[in-house]
Amino acid sequence: MLRLEKRPQPSTFWTYAAPLVAVVVTILLGMALFASLGKDPVGAIRAIFYEPLFGEFSFYYRPEVIKKAAPLILIATGLAFGFRAGVWNIGAEGQYIMGAICGAGVALAFYPSESRWLVFPLAIIAGTIGGAVWGLIPALLKVKFKTNEILVSLMLVYVAQVLITAFSSGLMRNPEGHGFPGSRNLSQYPAAANGELFAGTGVHWGVIAALIAVAVAYVILTRHQFGFDVRLAGQSPKAASFSGLNPNKLVIISLLLSGGLAGLAGVFEVTGPAGQILGSFPKFYGFTAIIVAYLGRLHPVGILMAGALMALTYIGGEVAQDREQLPAAAIMVFQGMLLFSILGVDVLTNYRLRFGKNEVR
Amino acid sequence: MDINPILLLAAVMVASTPVLLAAIGELVVERSGVLNLGVEGMMITGAVFGYIIGHGSGSAIGGFAAAALAGACLSLIFGFLTQFLLTNQTATGLGLTLFGLGLSSLVGQGATATYPVTVPRLPIPLLSDIPAIGPILFNHDAVVYLSILLIVLVWFVMFRSRAGLILRAVGENHDAAHALGYPVRLVRMAAIFFGGGCAGLAGAYISLVRVPQWTDGITAGAGWIALAIVVFASWKPFRLLIGAYLFGGVTVLQLNLQADGTLALLDIAIGLLAAAAAVVWLTRSITKKAAAPMDNLLSVIILVLSVVYGLLRLAGMQTIPIEYLSMLPYLATIAVLVGLRASNAPASLGKTFHAST
Amino acid sequence: MKRRTLLATGASAAIATALGVPARAQDKTKVGFIYVGPINDGGWTQHHHHSAMEMVEHFGDAVDFVYQESVPEGPDAERAITQMALGGADIIFTTSFGYMDPTINVAAKFPDVKFEHATGYKMADNVSVYSARFYEGRAVQGTLAGRMTQSNKIGYIASVPIPEVVRGINSAYIHAKKVNPDVEFKIIWIFEWLNPAKEADAAKALIEQGCDVILQHTDSTAPQQAAKDAGNVYTFGQAADMAEFAPMPRISSIIDEWAPYYIDRVQAVMDGTWTSTNTWDGIGPGMVGIGEISSAVPDDVKAEAEALRDAIASGEYHPFTGPINKQDGSVWLAEGEVADDGTLAGLNFYVEGIEGDIPS
Repeated sequence: MLRLEKRPQPSTFWTYAAPLVAVVVTILLGMALFASLGKDPVGAIRAIFYEPLFGEFSFYYRPEVIKKAAPLILIATGLAFGFRAGVWNIGAEGQYIMGAICGAGVALAFYPSESRWLVFPLAIIAGTIGGAVWGLIPALLKVKFKTNEILVSLMLVYVAQVLITAFSSGLMRNPEGHGFPGSRNLSQYPAAANGELFAGTGVHWGVIAALIAVAVAYVILTRHQFGFDVRLAGQSPKAASFSGLNPNKLVIISLLLSGGLAGLAGVFEVTGPAGQILGSFPKFYGFTAIIVAYLGRLHPVGILMAGALMALTYIGGEVAQDREQLPAAAIMVFQGMLLFSILGVDVLTNYRLRFGKNEVR
Repeated sequence: MDINPILLLAAVMVASTPVLLAAIGELVVERSGVLNLGVEGMMITGAVFGYIIGHGSGSAIGGFAAAALAGACLSLIFGFLTQFLLTNQTATGLGLTLFGLGLSSLVGQGATATYPVTVPRLPIPLLSDIPAIGPILFNHDAVVYLSILLIVLVWFVMFRSRAGLILRAVGENHDAAHALGYPVRLVRMAAIFFGGGCAGLAGAYISLVRVPQWTDGITAGAGWIALAIVVFASWKPFRLLIGAYLFGGVTVLQLNLQADGTLALLDIAIGLLAAAAAVVWLTRSITKKAAAPMDNLLSVIILVLSVVYGLLRLAGMQTIPIEYLSMLPYLATIAVLVGLRASNAPASLGKTFHAST
Repeated sequence: MKRRTLLATGASAAIATALGVPARAQDKTKVGFIYVGPINDGGWTQHHHHSAMEMVEHFGDAVDFVYQESVPEGPDAERAITQMALGGADIIFTTSFGYMDPTINVAAKFPDVKFEHATGYKMADNVSVYSARFYEGRAVQGTLAGRMTQSNKIGYIASVPIPEVVRGINSAYIHAKKVNPDVEFKIIWIFEWLNPAKEADAAKALIEQGCDVILQHTDSTAPQQAAKDAGNVYTFGQAADMAEFAPMPRISSIIDEWAPYYIDRVQAVMDGTWTSTNTWDGIGPGMVGIGEISSAVPDDVKAEAEALRDAIASGEYHPFTGPINKQDGSVWLAEGEVADDGTLAGLNFYVEGIEGDIPS
């Protein structure tokens, strides 16, 4: 009989090999799926993984991968702290939307100002505060009334979605928009625009922020007392409280941090790639970031790579839709399979496969 | 006022049924200590298979059975990954939703209705003739009754049988349960399978009865609401009923208020709610001597909000900005959560179990 | 080395350079479509796709057809459009209002590719806009609704508060009122174009409040089904004919007929005669089709509705002809005055007699 035995220490070999095995497994499964749909399996896989990075038009796709990855990484880095500490913020999507609303709100309030050095930083600060406050609500309710933060933060996602739809046709509607919903386009408003910093690279301020967040998170987790507290609280809440750690403080800090970073991602998105407050503001970054956080094993460097991989499958999936006329649904199934196998194969990192019965009982 | 309260309440029953069905399943799953965030994915997979098989065979029962099976099979992926490969439940569940949404859309391409399927109403004899209550409670299709029966059944098994005791033991402390010789993984797999089946049924109710048709993304977030209601109900079966009907009620009321254009019904609803809150507070303060506002937070919140509403009405408010009405169900859920302040989540919820001895 | 040079010259220049290189043999005309929903949504996207397929059938081997479905509005759309242009498309149809800014942005980078944006208002040298005067069809529906209702309560399932939807409500109301002064409109906004569950709930709520005619500006057939279950409620097909619900509850429909336009525009690209145009066609040129008025409608009512349809088609009658007052009672159009396209394009108020507010 097959069984799992916990390794004393995570295997270094499998830490690196597992994701590769998972990708290979998924590619094989995916090829079977695409072939069963009557599409060219090799062409589809090539379109997803090769074309965006090295294909004919990679000069266009590479920046797009970067732009897509940045918010995922930024949000996931914040979430990872909370998840490590056992604080379950499922509502990053809502905090991200509130960040966009607050950031855009401040920027639009100054319209048509020309002082970039005032408007853009203020928008960023407002967005961060917006996201942090939206994250603070479940934190305070948890601390005060012991309400479940998973649920409250999730409910607040829906509230935020209603708000952005309502604002796009009400409060923030573009007065020159011929009665259509949607705010002014912030990417065409120089004082607030978050454009590319180096032409053709896709690098905007959000990408820089994501990289800084990863670096800072790495230092905090490995070198700083707070990182130690977080890990302790996650692994053993009892030991943590004995060592004088205030669990309430941890809840508040975790949600402020993850909310703030999600809000930051929202501002950079609304002032850059998205450009507008609109009901169809790019959604699901907040939810996808949860997956990214786990794919990256809640480690900043892992998150960096997981975010890039996730973004690649999005962009590559679109290429495959265009080139091979694969249905959008097949790409979603493929992404699902990729997640399953990456998560599943990871078992080899922490456990050894053993045959036969367990001798020690 | 054009709103007919009897029809409104009957509509609430129907609108709440899919959420209720999915929530019963998830409640059992969570009681066994597993958090499956893939409800939406399993629901929509059930919806598409229910539609295809139901309309392909002309049999509603066949459709519902296929849907339950499809949802359950999908849940096995989640079960295998989390129980045997020890993956993180949150991420796996989210992945399951993504996978289910894609799968359903893929399977549903070119889904056409060959045989029309109708799920007839089954008025319960005698009971359905009671004025007001009859049409509200006893004039529905079989699935509505089934959802309520399931609640009773789940309650009975969970609190009045040995199987239920084991399920709860596994959910509260999987290491202790394991030490006592209970098959933790087996119990959890069974619970996950049941949860998937319920979610599948819920999806089929949408695609065969409530809408009824197949379109991509037809469940439109109902799976997430089901998850919310489980927590709302503090993992207690009968409270699930309150949660689902409250949620369905606010949703249906919102549409009705828009169509009606007057606030008459809202006045009545808020009046009743305020009265109920006052009665609860009074009873509690008389019987349990828990009269402090903080101990009756929900009542206090409701009363304060009612007073605010009343003042606004007196000040001449005629309509409510409709776009903000859609927030009501979610805000209501948060308010109730704060008010209940009960958190008896299964202690092992979401934690990975590995019998390392 | 070449790639690095391309990068260094900046994105837009790089793309233009890449385009200059004849990537593949171009004897076929490559036509691209960007859809907001899945191609089987039963409404808006399905009809665009259906029309596109008619266009493909018309040209046969002369066109190379690509499409991308379920493209979210915003930055994802910009990428999808760019990708199609990079792939060598000669003309790209972007079929949702939210693709407006992305289309304009991409068009600026690809001066040699033709773009056709549905329902927007921003144009460029290589960007045309096209839309249909659905409100003409709504006038016919309003007339039928006003005649057919017994309860004098007409339900309207509205989608997203944009001028097109507001025009539809006004047009239907004006013409229902004209044939039946007692009608009352009950409007439910669902803030989405397609959400079958919400549409079904909305339809049921309207029916329970006594509406026996339901108009919809949403794409699914869920309201039709709800009406069918209720038995004595009349509905109209939207975007598609929804003929499977005829003769009852569906008594007529507004059909989006994009195919002639698509054939026309692709032909223009082939002939090299394509120019940027602003097309807003109605029943006359055949962009708005009125689905067959079913046998459930009495002959005299049917004749009346058809006469109205023909009068609109010939240009002899405009649905927005004064006297019409705004909701607040102020004069919008004086006796005999006809609304101009500019006002209609940005219409954001109800006419007198409609209750409630447009969400804002």
